[in-house]
Formats: sequence, C-alpha cells, structure tokens
Amino acid sequence: MSDPIIEVMTIQKYYKTGDKQDRLVLHDINFKMYEGEIVAVLGKSGSGKSTLLRIISGLTEPTSGDVYYRGQLVTGPVRGISMVFQTFALLPWLTVLQNVELGLEAQGLSRNERRHQALKVIDMIGLDGFETALPKELSGGMRQRVGFARALVVKPDILMMDEPFSALDVLTADTLKSDLLDLWQSRMIGINAILFVTHSIEEAIAFADRIILFDSDPGSIRSDVKISLPFPRSDLDPRFRNQVDRIYTLMTTEPQETRIQEGMIDIGYRLPDVSIEEMTGLLEILNSPEHHGRMDLPILADTLMHNLDELFPLTDLVQILRFAKISEGDISITQAGKVFVEADILERKKIFSMHLTKHIPLARYIHNQLTRHPRHRALEEHFLSLLEDYLSEKEAENVLRTVIEWGRYAELFAYDYNSGVLSLESGH
Amino acid sequence: MSLFGNKFATSIRVKWYPNYWDTIALLLVLAVISLFAWVAKQMATPYQLGQTIPISLNPAVLPFYAGRTVVRMLIALFFSLLFTFIFGTWAAKSRYAERIIIPAIDILQAVPILGFLSVTIASFIRLFPGSLLGPECAAVFAIFTSQAWNMAFVFFQTVRAIPADLSETGHMFHLSAWQRFWRIEVPYAIPGLLWNTMASMSAGWFFVVAAEAITVSNQDILLPGIGSFIAVAIKAANLQAIGYAVLTMFIVILIYDQLLFRPLVAWAEKFKPEQQATEKTAESWVMNLFRRTRLMRNWGDKLAQLFDAFVNIKFFRPSQSIIFAKPFFKKDSDIVVTILWEIGILGLGIAAFIFVWHFVASHISFTEIRWVLVLGLITTARVFILILICSFIWVPLGIWIGLRPQVAQVAQAIAQILSAFPANLLYPFIVMVIVYYHLNPNIWLSPLMILGAQWYILFNIIAGASLIPNELLRVVDNLGVVGWARWRRLLLPSIFPYYVTGAIAAAGGAWNASIVAEVASWGNEKLVATGLGAYIAQYTSVGNFARIALGIGMMCLLVLIINRLIWRPLYVYAENRFVIGVSDV
Repeated sequence: MSDPIIEVMTIQKYYKTGDKQDRLVLHDINFKMYEGEIVAVLGKSGSGKSTLLRIISGLTEPTSGDVYYRGQLVTGPVRGISMVFQTFALLPWLTVLQNVELGLEAQGLSRNERRHQALKVIDMIGLDGFETALPKELSGGMRQRVGFARALVVKPDILMMDEPFSALDVLTADTLKSDLLDLWQSRMIGINAILFVTHSIEEAIAFADRIILFDSDPGSIRSDVKISLPFPRSDLDPRFRNQVDRIYTLMTTEPQETRIQEGMIDIGYRLPDVSIEEMTGLLEILNSPEHHGRMDLPILADTLMHNLDELFPLTDLVQILRFAKISEGDISITQAGKVFVEADILERKKIFSMHLTKHIPLARYIHNQLTRHPRHRALEEHFLSLLEDYLSEKEAENVLRTVIEWGRYAELFAYDYNSGVLSLESGH
Repeated sequence: MSLFGNKFATSIRVKWYPNYWDTIALLLVLAVISLFAWVAKQMATPYQLGQTIPISLNPAVLPFYAGRTVVRMLIALFFSLLFTFIFGTWAAKSRYAERIIIPAIDILQAVPILGFLSVTIASFIRLFPGSLLGPECAAVFAIFTSQAWNMAFVFFQTVRAIPADLSETGHMFHLSAWQRFWRIEVPYAIPGLLWNTMASMSAGWFFVVAAEAITVSNQDILLPGIGSFIAVAIKAANLQAIGYAVLTMFIVILIYDQLLFRPLVAWAEKFKPEQQATEKTAESWVMNLFRRTRLMRNWGDKLAQLFDAFVNIKFFRPSQSIIFAKPFFKKDSDIVVTILWEIGILGLGIAAFIFVWHFVASHISFTEIRWVLVLGLITTARVFILILICSFIWVPLGIWIGLRPQVAQVAQAIAQILSAFPANLLYPFIVMVIVYYHLNPNIWLSPLMILGAQWYILFNIIAGASLIPNELLRVVDNLGVVGWARWRRLLLPSIFPYYVTGAIAAAGGAWNASIVAEVASWGNEKLVATGLGAYIAQYTSVGNFARIALGIGMMCLLVLIINRLIWRPLYVYAENRFVIGVSDV
C-alpha cells in the first residue's frame, strides 16, 4: 500500500477540569488513512471523536502525540484539509456566494477569479439561483450544501465532516448523502479521502470503507472494521442488516459496557442525561405484549426513532439501575424492571428510589451526606466541586442536574433553585 | 435593547467583593485621574485662551451651532470605535491584557463623565495653547468617555462568545488575523455594538451640551454649539432663546435617529444569525430608499468592493505554507512572561496607590474626606429616592401602555427620543420656577437629576410588558385572576428583568447628571444643593484639582459599591428567575 495521507501516532488529549485533575478525553489513538478511502469514526456522544477530527486538521493541539499529514508534522491548521460542520458554521452576514468565496479569499485570489471558481462549485453542488441569498433564507439542507461548496471550492486533499447530516431531517439527509456519494464516485471533486464522524451506524455503513469504533471515557479506538459491501448500498439488503447487527454487538460489548453491566461505576461517572419519563417509556415498550420483554437494539432504535446518541444514554441508565440487560445486541427487561413498570406511580417512586441509592454512587453519596449533616442540608457547590475532579465544569453541572432531577423524583432529597441548597426530603 | 444587559449577565453566581485585579484596576484609574488633576494644578492659571468666539443668541445661527455639536458627536464616535476595536480585541485575545483591561473598564464606567472633563480639560488646553482646540478636544473626550468603555466591553464579550465552529472556520480556511477580524469578529459583534452605541449616544447628547459651556478655574469656556447657546441664554435669562434651542435639539435628534441609526439598525438585521420570533424586523425608509434606487445601489456596490479590497490588503495576507502556524503551543517561557507581567502590574498598582495617597493626603484633611463621604451618601439617597418615585409613576403606566400594542409602538418611539434628548436643556424652565417661588434647592433641584434618566425605566417597562406572552395573559383571564393578584403573579414578575435593566441605566444617568443638576443658575440667581455633584461642580469652577479628584474618586467608589452590592445581584436574580422563555436549566 502507498504512503498514508494521515498518520496519527499515540495521541492523548486531556482537558482541564477545575484545577486539581485533568480529564483524559482521548487515549492512545493510532491510525492511518490512505488515499481513496472513506473512513467513518463511530462512537457515543462525548467519546471525543469530534476532538480527534479537530486534532487531525490542526485546529486543536493534542496534549501529546503527533499527527502527520503527508509526512509533515501538523502544528496548525492544514491547508488541504477542509471541514464540514454539524452546525453548518456559515457566516450569517455573508451571502451564499461570499460564504463559498471565503477560503479563496484567504488564498489571495483576485475578486474575479474567486467569483469564477465559486460559481463553478455552486453549480456543481446544485445551489445555483441562491448565490445572493443569505444563509437564514435557506432550509437546513441547502445550508449544508453551502457548507459543502465552501469546503470543496478550495480543492481540498481530504474532506472532513463532523456529523454533517445529524442536524437535518431524514429525507434531506438522504438526498444530500447520495449527492455527495455521486460526486465522490464520479471523481468530480478531486478529493483524495474523506474522514467523517457520525453516531449513526447506518450512515457509517452506507458510506464508509472502514469504520473506526470509538470507546468512551476515555475516547479510544475499540476496533477498526472494514466494510466491503459494493456500492450502491441499500439498508434493506440483508448483508447491510448483518453489518448493522455486528456493529451494535461490538458497541455493546465495549469494556465500558461491561463496567456498566457489572455495576462498577464510580461516583464521578458521567451519568446519562435521561429523564424518568423516557426511561419509563422504554421499559413500557419492552414490557409490552408484542415484545415479550426482549428486543433487538436496531429495531428498538427504529421504534423510538432514535440514533445512537439518544439511544445509548437510555440503555445505559436502565442497565445501571438493573431494570434491563443487554447482551449480543439484544436488550431484555429484568424482573425488577418488570415490577417497576407494572407498579403505580407511588410504588414506582419507591422502587426507583431503592435502585437509585443502591446502584448510583453519586445519589447514594449525596443522600448520605445529607443524612449525616445536622440540619440535613448541603450546598450544591460542594457536590459540584467533587464532580469537577472527574469531569469538565459543564459536564459536572449536567451530571449534578440529572442526579438532582432523579433524586427529586425519587423523593430522596429536595432542592432549592434560588439558593442552590440540597436538603433531605422530610419523611426520610 | 438592554443597555447593561451584557455587562451583568456574565456569571450566575456573582462575587460582590473586589478581587485582586479589581483592586489594581481601581488604583490605576484613581491614579490616572489624580495624575490629570496634578498636571492641571501644575499649570499656570489663567489659561491663555485664544480669542473667544462670542456666542450669539440669534436663532438664525442655531443650525450652525447644532452642526458643530453634531460634528463633535461624530468625531467622538469615531474614536470610541477605534478604542473599542483596539482594546476590546486586545482583551479578547490576550489573557494578560484581559485581566487588567476588563476590571479597568468596569471601574471607568463608574467614573462620572463630567468629572473626566473637569480634570482633563486643563491638560488639553495645555496641549494646544492659545487656541480653542484644547477645550474642543476636551468636549470630544467627554463624549468619548460616555461611550467607549461600554462599547469596548460589549465588543470584548461578543468576540469571546463567537461560536467555536465559526472561529474554527476562519482557522481552517487559513484566514489571516486581519481577515478574521473583519469577516468574523466585527460582523458578529455588530448588532450588540450598535445597540450599545445607540444607548450611549443618547447619553452623549447630554454630555456634549454640558461640555460645551464649562467654567474651569474661574474661566468661562464657550465652544460654539447648542450647549453654549443655552448657557448664554441662561445668563441673559432669555426664555425665548432657550425655547429655540430646545426645538433645534429635537429636530437634530430626530434627524440623527432617522438618517443614521434607523438605517444602521435595519442594515444590521443581516448580522443576526436567526430571527427571534418575538422581534420584528427593523425597517427604515432611508434604507429602503437606499436599497431600491439604482444610483444608490451602485454606490453600495462600490462601497462593498472597497471594503473587499480593504479586507484583502496584501500586507495582511497569511503565509501560503501548507501548515498554517498558529501559535497554539504554549512554551515554558510563558511562565517567565507571566511572572514578569504580574510583578509589573503589582508594582504599578503600588505606585498608583502611593501617588493617590500622596496627592490626596497632602492636600486634604481627613475630616474633609469624611465630609465628602457624607455628601456622597446624600447624593446616593437622592438617586434612590428619585428612582423609587419614578418607578411608582412609570411602572403601572408602562405596563398599561405595553399591553396595548398600538399605543406601545408610538409610546416607545417617543420614550426613546426623549431619553436621547439632553435633559440639561430643560433645566432652565425648572430652575426658573424654583427661583420664582423661592423653593428649597435641596429638594427641588433633585428632580433635575432624573429628568433625562427616567425614560430608561419607561421604555424598558414598555418593552417588557409588550413581550409578555399572550398565552400567559389568556391563562390568567381563564383562571379569573384579576386585580392585585394579576399584578403580583403575572405582570410585575414578567417585567422585573426589564425594570432592573431600566433602573440600572436610570441610576447611572442620575449619578452623571448630579454634577450639573445640583448646581443651577438663572440669570444672576444661583442655586446650590448639598451633595457630591455640587462639590465637584464648585471646585471645578474654582480649579481646585485635588478636591475635584477626591470628589470624583468618591463618586466612582460609591457607584462601584452600589453596582456590586445591589444592581448586579438584582440583575442576576432577575435573569435567572424571571426571564420568560428561557428554560431554566
């Protein structure tokens, strides 16, 4: 095989959390990318896949390790890598044409030359007629087309995409995907490789030659899966469905998963941001007569119209609380889960409260602290600073907010928004 | 729309006590003021002014005077923008700069603007001996101080808040720092900057009028302008002339609003990322005219091309290398720089302290400092009582208006114009009444302070009331909640954040106005109220610079303390608790 275009060597990335301890977001990442490849990076949210993309393109620095682009050490943004963003990242004050011209401006091309090249790409990507429109006049799909045109006009060597379709509705995303694939296969755009981040298993399989599966906490490469289905790929093809099942199974046997299943989570575990209603809803579907308490994960995702980012936090929570179990890509309700969904509201609260203190160390810790305190009160800052030893400031806030919501539902503790004081529910 | 919105909304849990950097910044600001005062003291009085242009009371020259006043405003605006771009950007880009610039700006905002004028005018006169250019610069500087801090702060905050993906876009495409500044940072900041500029321009009229006619060291300085016209008219007790001046000012402000700011606001619509459902698109007939006529459009295209060339000047172009070196790797030498920087700043702070101490202590006794504090408290009491009275009047009225959309539209426009109108032009009418009836100046001069500032309360409340969601009003109707319960449960809580914003602006305005409002004259009659504003004004006119510095320093401290202890916590509380539509997470 020829020389790699991108070579990532033992990348580590820490984020500063508070002042005591840094949080590891990327751990020992190694991989290579070759010419002509489409590579998908697939993982749960918060697994650091977007950070990896930014490190490779030179937008963020790694804490340690090196990235080489065509043999050159990357120390800053690389000319030759273009990125398409999930949020489009169009400059709202520039017209479509001006947005597309942006990269050319940086290259110092003359006004006429810029216009000429930009119009060519705008034509190719199906945006003609919209040259003078402002981004806010466009629909999401059209905006992302501008995002693509802007990235392509500088004739990049590698195209990077950070969840490019996840902000679009299904139909729009499908159209855009097939247009992009057509462009790629017709070699009209002169790109030599595509690297993209996604949390949709189907999307990864539909597009990629290789899927890099990401573990979370810390983000690391779990496995590198070759997809050799012929194009065009149809998600109705049984071989396609097989691959989907395979990836689901791989993802649910991550070491992280085992830890969850064995109840090994610690106090600083990044609790999934899931509401009680969502969790109850999931258990009710599982427990409904047509499913007999057991479902295939891809089917569950379809039923809930969820992608990985939304599905996995839910399945994590029901597993942590021992209301359901996952094995080999199937989820099944436990006895406790059955009792929980079949109970009435008050009974549910009692069961939930029991499971919460038993299986979630943070909830248990808060409850213990409050019980011990002479007036059964504590400031939220106290727990926040504890969490910040493990998590970033924002994540710590999210986790605390989540656990407070659960605790209030379980009537384990009360919370006053204005003063930020947690206290024991009377009666406990 | 909120004048102080951005300034206070920075953190959820506020610290009211000053930190290290606040203290250093405070010392530096006080030292600079003292330094100006010290320089002024060193200069021989009386000043050598050139020939004074006699101010005519003929109404025919009023347009000319108005033109002079407007030009001063524009020049000050230009320098404020320059300051904003330089210091706002610097603070946003360098953490060293940020730590000192931001607290300094915060403190500078508390310094009374006319106080700046009192201490700087002598230096400016010295700079241009024998010409009116000195006082001219001082007047421009006074307007500058009324807007630059505010604008720089907003710019800093918005540049800091640029979404990561937008700034990454800039880096990814290898835009140079110059291109990023004009393509990303400035456009992103424009809507916020524009609102702030408009709000501070309103205050600017007040100061330009006050700055044109000032007495320093027993020397009357009169710059050709509306302010001087009024001052001369007051001396001559010429009511008719004052009437003409007021009329002219109204026309000038209307023109300014219609020809400059409306079009700018309409134009700035395109810089807003997304239209919020509650807001209407701003329209301007001037802008529409501009956009629809071919000649104007051609001009617009030419302008766009010029701007394009400006952004792409060759000199600022980035390197063409494959990997664009962005200095994101922190070197060990950084630590040395940090230590040196901290030592330097600390040294500067100590020097500032010694200087201030020396300057004040060597001239003024402790009893006097205590007396000035008492004066300050008297003025503080005035400000609060006035805000309270205004609130009782304008809150119910504002809500009543705000709930009626047709009325609100008209009333809001009027309140906005009124808030821009320099209230000091109206002082003579009230002073005349006080003189005529021999009223107690300590009480009756007070309303002058709030005369211009009260409109901030009114238009914020109208804005707040008109934004109360219709469903909430219907729900309350549906549940049969009427009378006091309706006010207590719905109306008052939903306007509370807007009220706080308005009250903060009004209090700021009242403090600033105190320097001109606590001393007033009509013809040969002179009225003086007891208070810090009068103290500063009196020592300004006799040129006692140590005492001016003391007065300004005291006012600055009081305003700071009140901001930290009362306004800021109140603002944050209102933001967290009563803003409708933001899900509280």
